[in-house]
Amino acid sequence: MNTWMRHLLALLLGCLLSLSAHAALDAKVIRQLVDDDSDQKLAAIAALVQVGTPEAARVLQALSDDALYATDQRVWLKADDKVYDATTGAEINPAPDDVDTVSINNRVRGALDSALSGFKLTAADPAARLAAAQSLQGDVSASMIPALTAALKQETDSKVKPVLEQLLAQANLKNPDVKARLAAVEDLSHSNSPNARGLLLTRIDPANEPDAKVRAAAQSSIAAIDSRLAWISALGSVFSGLSLGSILLLAALGLAITYGVMGVINMAHGELLMVGAYSAYVVQGVFHAHFPGAQDWYLVAAVPVAFCAAAAVGMIMERTVIRWLYGRPLETLLATWGISLVLIQAARALFGAQNVEVSNPSWMSGGLEILPSLTLPWNRVVIIGFALSVLVLMWAIMQKTRLGLFVRAVTQNRAMAGCVGVPTRRIDTLAFGLGAGIAGLGGLALSQIANVGPDMGQGYIVDSFLVVVLGGVGQLAGAVWAALGLGIVTKLLEGWAGAVIAKIIVLAIIIVFIQRRPQGLFAVKGRVVD
Amino acid sequence: MNRRTALKLVTVCTLAAASGLSGGAFAADTIKVGILHSLSGTMAISESALEQTALMTIAEINAQGGVMGKQLEPVVVDPASNWPLFAEKARQLLSKDKVAVVFGCWTSVSRKSVLPVFRELNGLLFYPVQYEGEELEKNVFYTGAAPNQQAIPAVDYLLSKDGGEAKRFVLLGTDYVYPRTTNKILRAYLHTKGIQDADIMEEYTPFGYSDYQTIIAKIKDFSSQGKKTAVVSTINGDSNVPFYKELGNAGLKATDVPVVAFSVGEEELRGVDTKPLVGELAAWNYFMSVKNPENTKFTKMYRDWAKKQKLPNADTAVTNDPMEATYVGIHMWKQAVEKAHSTDVDKVIAAMGGQTFKAPSGFTLEMDPKNHHLHKPVMIGEVKANGQFNVVWKTKEPVKAQPWSPFIAGNDKKKDEPEAN
Repeated sequence: MNTWMRHLLALLLGCLLSLSAHAALDAKVIRQLVDDDSDQKLAAIAALVQVGTPEAARVLQALSDDALYATDQRVWLKADDKVYDATTGAEINPAPDDVDTVSINNRVRGALDSALSGFKLTAADPAARLAAAQSLQGDVSASMIPALTAALKQETDSKVKPVLEQLLAQANLKNPDVKARLAAVEDLSHSNSPNARGLLLTRIDPANEPDAKVRAAAQSSIAAIDSRLAWISALGSVFSGLSLGSILLLAALGLAITYGVMGVINMAHGELLMVGAYSAYVVQGVFHAHFPGAQDWYLVAAVPVAFCAAAAVGMIMERTVIRWLYGRPLETLLATWGISLVLIQAARALFGAQNVEVSNPSWMSGGLEILPSLTLPWNRVVIIGFALSVLVLMWAIMQKTRLGLFVRAVTQNRAMAGCVGVPTRRIDTLAFGLGAGIAGLGGLALSQIANVGPDMGQGYIVDSFLVVVLGGVGQLAGAVWAALGLGIVTKLLEGWAGAVIAKIIVLAIIIVFIQRRPQGLFAVKGRVVD
Repeated sequence: MNRRTALKLVTVCTLAAASGLSGGAFAADTIKVGILHSLSGTMAISESALEQTALMTIAEINAQGGVMGKQLEPVVVDPASNWPLFAEKARQLLSKDKVAVVFGCWTSVSRKSVLPVFRELNGLLFYPVQYEGEELEKNVFYTGAAPNQQAIPAVDYLLSKDGGEAKRFVLLGTDYVYPRTTNKILRAYLHTKGIQDADIMEEYTPFGYSDYQTIIAKIKDFSSQGKKTAVVSTINGDSNVPFYKELGNAGLKATDVPVVAFSVGEEELRGVDTKPLVGELAAWNYFMSVKNPENTKFTKMYRDWAKKQKLPNADTAVTNDPMEATYVGIHMWKQAVEKAHSTDVDKVIAAMGGQTFKAPSGFTLEMDPKNHHLHKPVMIGEVKANGQFNVVWKTKEPVKAQPWSPFIAGNDKKKDEPEAN
């Protein structure tokens, strides 16, 4: 057959297909889809899968999107802002105004997802095929073997292929042929999916699996998966520990300057975090009102705003109250505690007592799926990166700039620094402003994972002091180690003992540690020792 | 106006002014009504809406002529999610403000803190939230659900075909009396359904907790043991926002591991991106999406109220189950006062039994003549992409409450009505 003949044949086949696509669906099946009984709905979905036309797929997609509507007379659907009759596929103009959505429950939704994924296994876009294959994980039946084999034959993408192979193996687990089951069980030993593990577990039960060889193979496949999953879950714990650590670090970094370096027991530190978090809320509101198109990027714009707002509050605090109390820690403690109450009430007056809604931008939603059993949520990943960059920025300011040099000089020997011409008073204000601004950045990050409300600072003040004291007052590096250490220890304990007990154990460990080593992880240098 | 009436008027005015000055209890033409809900702190997310609902209902009753011709005067206090402060504020409402009735509390710990005060001063409390049962007080009317009106039917649904025929359960809650007791009841109930302890995982988090990564990883792990797993969440307050955010981001879908919540309604889901949460469940006695004339009126009234009061996010105002229970409670109290011709606590308590009210849930609710609980319908809803719930299952009739759960040992001997104190 020469080339043009082949082309012609393809064209003819295409015409035939598109003709059949416009054929009406069975009205009885469509009506069944609307039935209140889930069993009826499931039967109708299976029937539509059998039909297999794009028309049928569109009806199923509409059902899944809550875009299928029904009255006693007719069933119609919405797709691409147009309204079609579900049975004939013809466009309806004007759209019916009586809107009664056909609702589905989880059981129907699950079946529907599998059905739609089945349709998408042969989609043109490899990403869509991958997503479809992944969503079928752990949810395949023996009836899908022919479809999966066909899809696998066509598949050229190197990412989709192994997923399809795994799926086929999963489907083959229920194959009546013993050889096929044995092969499937052995194939699945390469899987990292908890779903595959779950399916294998059904094969070691003599009630489900008559063949002893298959049972033994399933046993060893499970052992293989388990040893890998153990690693993955350890990785997961380390990641959540790092992520909690980075949050603790962000909460404590500002305090590492105001308390650690300057020796001010700043009880209003939590409220400086709150200022940063509310800045995110305000910027979000401004974007919502004025730049709705760029809504996703409000968080980036909020970074300088949060820093400046918190720094401004900090500098005002320093100029008006703290400046008169240097070297009198108890009085600063009381005065800053008073300031914290003032700030809480101010937030209440400005924004109301209730929590406000700060949303994750879409690029921070969802997660990075490294393995089927390990998803790293984007917001956590971004916050770890953010914490690192704030840390680098702070280190650079303290070590590489004139301001940093002056702050260190004033900290070590105020009188001498004054003698050589360092404006000690102004340096105090700027240093306090820097610490406050960094607290603001911490608050901005916190707004992405926790609640934003007037009282939010109270929840972080204890953790922040723990980090700074544990790390060794006046030591940036100490704060970093303490934050990460606390994060990882807390997460490991939580995995083992639960959140409530973990908190108690962590506090007990800290008490014992501070008793043994009052100077913290690293030795003290700074104004406090003088 | 003749001279005598004019004189009377002047006397009444003077008296009213004098009583106002002395701060005393005597007010000629209003009935004081206390509202005891946290407007700040971790519970404000849930309770603020109840305060607004109470104020709205009082305004509605006042517009219709008040109770026995007298206007209701709301006295609002803020116990700030601080349990001991609840007791203090309750005492203030009863002994200083001399309110006729108090509508309030959300968490069981707050209710437990105010109980001694209501008992001692013989006050009257309407409690609008689902709770763990194990309580029957003469001074309290429970307009929320008891476990058999929410928790047990929800688990039944999860065990059913449509609910996914779950074989393993994660009982996840905030660490206090309601989740602990509810989970104790549920564990005993699951045992009767043949589910072993090995297939039940119980986890608690402190109030205000916001780091759910480890717990979600644990749930994923627990669910990978080859049996269909479901999560029962009794997480309370603003912890729910980080929990659902994390759940969505971690990619744990409702079709794999459904989560049924007892304390999450339309209000708590505001501010959460609900698209990844489609299909997650909640069990309540009312959902905003229920269609009937009473609910249309109720939801419209609340939306208008939110706009008029310029509440934050008034354009997205939603109603939920405890708000409905608050609304029903205030109306029933009004009916009882009118039946008793008095606001006297003992007379109102006597008149409350058997009161009925056509509620926004679409059912006519009845206050049980004996056990101080409402007969309520039970509904299971699934989260939709727009943050509303789609009712996937409901009872045909209102269910009578069992405050003493039969799944707790020794409860079979307890009497089904409050004893006089």
